[in-house]
Amino acid sequence: MSLDIDIEHARESFRLQARFASQPGITALFGRSGSGKTTLVDIVGGLIKPDRGRVAVDGQTLVDTERGIFVPKHRRRVGYVFQDSRLFPHLSVRQNLLYGRWFARGPGGAAGDLGSVVDLLGIGQLLDRRPDSLSGGEKQRVAIGRALLARPLLLLMDEPLASLDEARRGEIMPYIERLRDEAGVPILYVSHSVAEVARLATTVVILSEGKVAAVGPVRDVLPLADAGDGGAVLDAVVARHDTDFGLSILTSPAGELQVPLLATAVGSSVRAYIRSRDVMLSLKPPEGISALNVLAGRIVEIAPSGAQADARLDCNGAMLVARLTTKSVQRLGLAPGLPVYAVVKSVSFERS
Amino acid sequence: MTPEEWTAVRLSLLVSVTAMVASLPLGIAVAWLLARGRFWGKSLLDTIVHLPLILPPVVTGYLLLILFGRQGTIGKFLDQTFGIVLSFRWTGAALACAVMGFPLMVRAIRLSIEAVDTRLESAAATLGANPLWVFATITLPLCLPGVIAGAILGFAKSMGEFGATITFVSNIPGETQTLPSAIYTFTQVPGGDAGAMRLTLVSVAISMAALLGSELLARRVGARRVAT
Repeated sequence: MSLDIDIEHARESFRLQARFASQPGITALFGRSGSGKTTLVDIVGGLIKPDRGRVAVDGQTLVDTERGIFVPKHRRRVGYVFQDSRLFPHLSVRQNLLYGRWFARGPGGAAGDLGSVVDLLGIGQLLDRRPDSLSGGEKQRVAIGRALLARPLLLLMDEPLASLDEARRGEIMPYIERLRDEAGVPILYVSHSVAEVARLATTVVILSEGKVAAVGPVRDVLPLADAGDGGAVLDAVVARHDTDFGLSILTSPAGELQVPLLATAVGSSVRAYIRSRDVMLSLKPPEGISALNVLAGRIVEIAPSGAQADARLDCNGAMLVARLTTKSVQRLGLAPGLPVYAVVKSVSFERS
Repeated sequence: MTPEEWTAVRLSLLVSVTAMVASLPLGIAVAWLLARGRFWGKSLLDTIVHLPLILPPVVTGYLLLILFGRQGTIGKFLDQTFGIVLSFRWTGAALACAVMGFPLMVRAIRLSIEAVDTRLESAAATLGANPLWVFATITLPLCLPGVIAGAILGFAKSMGEFGATITFVSNIPGETQTLPSAIYTFTQVPGGDAGAMRLTLVSVAISMAALLGSELLARRVGARRVAT
């Protein structure tokens, strides 16, 4: 499956101009608010008609302004999970879930029987309840299920976790991961959270002021994403769990990492996001410090910005970024090529 | 009460229910157009719908007579093609009542359609529902209290309609003499006070029953929506 987008759309003073093709898995649309993410998703979903351009899913054209094609939204078979769940208040959870199934016709699309979707999302006990009696996290899971049961060819998720607190996000993320890995529906996922994108995305499209600033695999693109909140993505494997201290030990190319106990099984791969502001540098192997994770590496580049600088490290092939003050850079004499030790606070790992 | 008075009560109920039932589908359609539609001439449609509210009822009745009378443009057509005659019949009274109640009905339904979240409608569309299905499964159920209120308003207006009815279909006992016309007739003859009072009480009772009924119905619809 692939998603091809090449559109232009202007409204008032804002101009969106986007062109990219995505790979299977989750494609994250990442950018600040006002960068055009939701507009782009609305165009794919058929809620907005672009001024000019083309949108195709799997070679099937949804929009082509030159050829005068505009498939109306109810014929697109694009499942849309909105930020504000939009469950139908007059229907039960079961009726909400089955709503799209009335209309789902034609071959292909995500697997669609109620039982398996209910299991996948863990919403079995909610079926006979009304939407207004559900918590925010439950509503979003039902909304995801409802979109899936319409057997979409493509799933759009517009900040599905934005309205939820940290605990609820943690509750839903595993379900989205399972969607990515099990349901086999390609997903276009809008987010402005680095942590979400790092954990979920396969491909990242960075939007900035209505333009595509970068496209590519999450590892390459995400560190460029956001100067204010930069970091690095590290792929790791769960080596063992240390239940005495409530820690999980991960192995990564950069070295061994100890993180708060993960719910994932030994041997499974996880993705950690390390914020650059959570990384300290030391010239010598540090001793007598509370941080558990120290990774050896070599400075590749130092990019100053104002009173601060981002030092990129090569840790045995894995990339890490440290946010430092320019004063520290000068005091330690940091320069490209210099071997250093990166001290990482264990709490800064995104649980996976 | 005399048999003539009962006839007037029965006739009034028949006329009002007919007017309400017959105009409801059109009322919902027009309300939807005004609430959701974007088309040329929308404000013109809005004005025409509201006209009976502003015009003197006698004027509306006279216009109906011109259009739907046996010699009127539409009346002639209906008579010759379908054999339907409205003037000086109870069906004509129902038409007059429907026209007079229409603005009230449309207004109530329109407001409740406007209160339905369009985001729910577009969510339904992304799930594969075409516009007609979206209306039937999302918009209509969600604006049902407003539809009930609009229908009852139309009914109540019909029960009290006098000017347009008497102008269009006159005041024929047993055919077009509704409650208000009967009360009016009583006040025009010596010693008719008792009859006028009896019919007035009946009129008050029916109006209150209609109002109470709509309250109960709306509450039940509302309760069903939040029930778990």
